[in-house]
Amino acid sequence: MKLQSRVMRFAGVGLVLCIVGSSVPIHDAMAQGNDPNAFNRLMAPKSSRNPPPAEDGIHDPGSPGTASLQPPRLAFDALPKTNSGNYVDWNKSLQDTKIAPRYDRLDPDAQPVIMDLNIVREVKGSMPNVVYPHKQHTEWLDCSNCHPAIFIPQKGANQISMAEILLGRKCGVCHGKVAFPVAECRRCHSQPKTPAATAQ
Amino acid sequence: MNNGKTTWLFAAVLSVIAVLAVDRAVFAEYGDVVINNYSDAAEMRPVVFPHWFHRIRFRCKVCHADLGFQFKAGGNEINMLKIIDGEYCGACHNGDLAWSVENCDLCHSAKPGTPTQVHESTLQKLLMPVAAPKPAAQ
Ligand code: HEC
Ligand code: HEC
Ligand code: HEC
Repeated sequence: MKLQSRVMRFAGVGLVLCIVGSSVPIHDAMAQGNDPNAFNRLMAPKSSRNPPPAEDGIHDPGSPGTASLQPPRLAFDALPKTNSGNYVDWNKSLQDTKIAPRYDRLDPDAQPVIMDLNIVREVKGSMPNVVYPHKQHTEWLDCSNCHPAIFIPQKGANQISMAEILLGRKCGVCHGKVAFPVAECRRCHSQPKTPAATAQ
Repeated sequence: MNNGKTTWLFAAVLSVIAVLAVDRAVFAEYGDVVINNYSDAAEMRPVVFPHWFHRIRFRCKVCHADLGFQFKAGGNEINMLKIIDGEYCGACHNGDLAWSVENCDLCHSAKPGTPTQVHESTLQKLLMPVAAPKPAAQ
């Protein structure tokens, strides 16, 4: 009798864990798991994006602080969207002054030093050439963030490959971690090749 | 007796579901950094640093150039003494610019055992563990 009640308690805890640990995303995942012909078999359902901290799998729902943290959707609602990362177009948010991040910790009026220079890198194969815009980068960053440790500031001095980027080097120091992920190929591969260049 | 068996089965199935569910349920924000060099050992929850929240308020330059945060999760050897002395998080979380250190649970908010990581990074998708390790079976 005593054993049985302990087992029931164990079962109860299992159930609570299941509900607390899962909430919205899991219900979807489970529903998907049950239906072999679900529309999206592998892609996580959209309803699982930007969940509140207590349901995001990393924050401890049992911690007293977690409930005080801001649910991301609240902040993101008014911002332009993309299909990856935070699902927020951060550059457009900045350009349209939907957000006003400080350039100086204390001075809300400090303005960034913008450098408007595009670097075009010709790419082998079918992919369009890469246009690297200094403008969007100097909106957020300081020259010293990249030069000279990540990129030598000299034309032709830097070998860059997708493999390196995927491993978190070169562009991949930020893209794929905080800045928009490598899934958004076309944001970088944006300049069509001239027919002659493609033929080579 | 029969009843007892069913109960065991029910419990086993539920705990398997619970473990699977918890494992799949990692949808934290892109760019959330978990910092856990010392927290677990000090019996504090690991720290979650939300990039999305801070980039709405500050450009990357403020932290990564002015305050000297290196681009490496767990790579800055941040500890509480440095924070209280106004370095790293403490440059802002000082009760003047942002709420101060006594709000331990706002920073130390991750599930115990969550490893240092940048959540959702390309590399993590290829190699790394995401959630806290499963509790050892008892
Ligand atoms: C602004 C965010 C923040 C707040 C608030 C904060 N911490 Fe920390 N704390 C950190 C970070 C970041 C680390 C480094 C984590 C790691 O590497 O494990 C850390 C590490 C620690 C450590 C282990 C390293 C050491 O210095 O001993 C302890 C213990 C600790 N914190 C306790 C506390 C306590 C207690 C409070 C509340 C009085 C608190 N923290 C508030 C950010 C914070
Ligand atoms: C409020 C401060 C702050 C701001 C603003 C900020 N970061 Fe960070 N960043 C951090 C902290 C803290 C870490 C983790 C450092 C650690 O664990 O020691 C980090 C880590 C990183 C990493 C390292 C990830 C890895 O590979 O381990 C990258 C890349 C990064 N930030 C990029 C950015 C970019 C891009 C921006 C601007 C869009 C930005 N950060 C804005 C504080 C900030
Ligand atoms: C450049 C200044 C700055 C730095 C550096 C900084 N923060 Fe913050 N942080 C802020 C501000 C401003 C807020 C908003 C405070 C408020 O709501 O009053 C904030 C809020 C937060 C929040 C709460 C987010 C929410 O949901 O409300 C957390 C968690 C946090 N910071 C953690 C950290 C940790 C951990 C570090 C160090 C690794 C850190 N911060 C470094 C400025 C900073």
